[in-house]
Amino acid sequence: MEQLFASLADGLLIGFVYGLAAMGLTLIFGVMDVINLGHGPIIALGMFGVFFFAGSTGWGLNPYLALVIVAVLGLIFGMIMYFVAVHRVLNAPHLSSLLSTFSVNMMIIGVGTALFTTSPRNLEFSLGSLQLGPVNLLGTRVMAALIAVLVTAVLYVFLYRTQPGKAIRAVANNRDAAELMGIPSTKMLALSFGLGTMLAAIAGGLIATFFSFNILAGGVYELKSFVIVVLGGLGNPTGALIGGLILGAMEGVVPTFMPVSWVPVIEFVLFVVILLVRPTGLLGGR
Amino acid sequence: MKSWKYPALWLTVGVVLAGGLIPVITGSKIMRESMFLILMAVTMASSLNILLGYAGYVSFGHIVFFGLGGYVGFYLIAEQGWNLIPAALAGGLASGVLALLLGIALLRLRGAYFALATIGINEAMRTFINNFNLFGGPIGMELNFIVYQDYGGAANMQWLTYWLMFGVTIIAVLMSYGVKFSRFGLGLMSIREDEDAAMAMGIHTPKVKTMAYILSAILPGIIGVIFFFRNSSVQPAGAFRLHRSIEMIVMVMLGGQGTVQGPLVGAALYEALRSYLLTSPLFKDLQLAIAGVLLLLIILFVPSGVIGWLRHRFKGLWRVLE
Repeated sequence: MEQLFASLADGLLIGFVYGLAAMGLTLIFGVMDVINLGHGPIIALGMFGVFFFAGSTGWGLNPYLALVIVAVLGLIFGMIMYFVAVHRVLNAPHLSSLLSTFSVNMMIIGVGTALFTTSPRNLEFSLGSLQLGPVNLLGTRVMAALIAVLVTAVLYVFLYRTQPGKAIRAVANNRDAAELMGIPSTKMLALSFGLGTMLAAIAGGLIATFFSFNILAGGVYELKSFVIVVLGGLGNPTGALIGGLILGAMEGVVPTFMPVSWVPVIEFVLFVVILLVRPTGLLGGR
Repeated sequence: MKSWKYPALWLTVGVVLAGGLIPVITGSKIMRESMFLILMAVTMASSLNILLGYAGYVSFGHIVFFGLGGYVGFYLIAEQGWNLIPAALAGGLASGVLALLLGIALLRLRGAYFALATIGINEAMRTFINNFNLFGGPIGMELNFIVYQDYGGAANMQWLTYWLMFGVTIIAVLMSYGVKFSRFGLGLMSIREDEDAAMAMGIHTPKVKTMAYILSAILPGIIGVIFFFRNSSVQPAGAFRLHRSIEMIVMVMLGGQGTVQGPLVGAALYEALRSYLLTSPLFKDLQLAIAGVLLLLIILFVPSGVIGWLRHRFKGLWRVLE
């Protein structure tokens, strides 16, 4: 029983980070109906960013300071990616945007493999651990969950309380009408794409503080993000966070009563079933 | 069908025949290996094109049929002692049945939802096979080389599998052509243009879409068996590699989606480019990145592919290029 609590708590903490990554994917889909298949490599770039700025072979900054730099770079990268690969295919059939974002995926993986090889990296970093009754939590994971919650809160304030945030929501709602109201829709689309990649990069950076990684590591989290996004409903950021918690809890609890290698089978079957039965997600209305 | 009236058909089949016969005439083994891969790519791309190009449904996880068919056939050969040809047909059948079941369930989804679901299916299948002990779990299965004695030794086996692949490719091209100019194909294309309108015009869209899905799944299943038999081993990671799925889509896009010759041209170009990049010392490490740049350029500037562009540019070629 104690074992179960411990793994559940651990799973939930990671679930917050999964949710953050998925939020990036779902934000982009919600605003412009594009599924960003470059999501995974951007998560991996976030990992390498933190490694570069905070690792012992890099600048040696504090990882959480490095995370701020990574977030800014993630935002800029996303805006550039929007203008290069997404803007022109926004009104084309889905296949075009799926493939153009995937082409960015190939470029990042190709260049990344050439530069960094695929050997695993590890950020030597620890925050000790926290004892809560019978449950022992790693400091880095608690910190990651706290940061994920903080970023989510800031995102919500931004989207609901600020002028550009409201403009993004207007563009998501109806691009033509927003344009008629004087909102520069292209800029807003670029900004929301940048925010999506920023969330992915932050999630990657957080993961790098407690797991080892290589340039291909983002792929796993990309697939997890798909599952989460579908759980919570495509285009619904709150749903993404809750979906992340569900997935994290599952990953924590399921291995206590069946082999760990069955976890992804359950995840993907669940994914397909939810798509079929409730494509709007567990939380979604109509 | 008065086939001689259709120059496009003769051109297409002629190109496949000529290409496929080059290694046979020259007897070059290196040529045979690269042509084997090209023929395989052509079959995969042409099959996918039936769903992607004609019906307009983006299947991102199409490699699942290649992997599942390959696994079923390989199991029958390695563990049950079946001959290659019935095993290959069984592999195709398994893929067809999977497509039937998936088709009934998945094809209700449209656009991005369908594309996501196909990724999910491929990953679910890969992780399931990883845990499925009958098929060897994560280690996969290997073939005892003694099996090749039944096919006249390993050297002979390689020619035999080459001829089989050649035959399957011709079937794929003929099927691609036949479907496009049939009533069924017209139904698919009307679904691509406007599914609701197609339904209103009296096309039984669920049935037609499922048929297209099954047709696009059978040949990948068959060549999966041929490929893994020739390789003498099969592993989950190699059989269900999502990346291969996307390469298939790139081939279709490169040549021109919805055309008969597009997948043929696209597959040949893509395989040739890839083998060039892989062997060139300068680009070896950047192979993937260059392919990515190429893909992006095609999507942004030539979305109709090589054949589509030629058809648009030179109206005189309309009868020859389909």
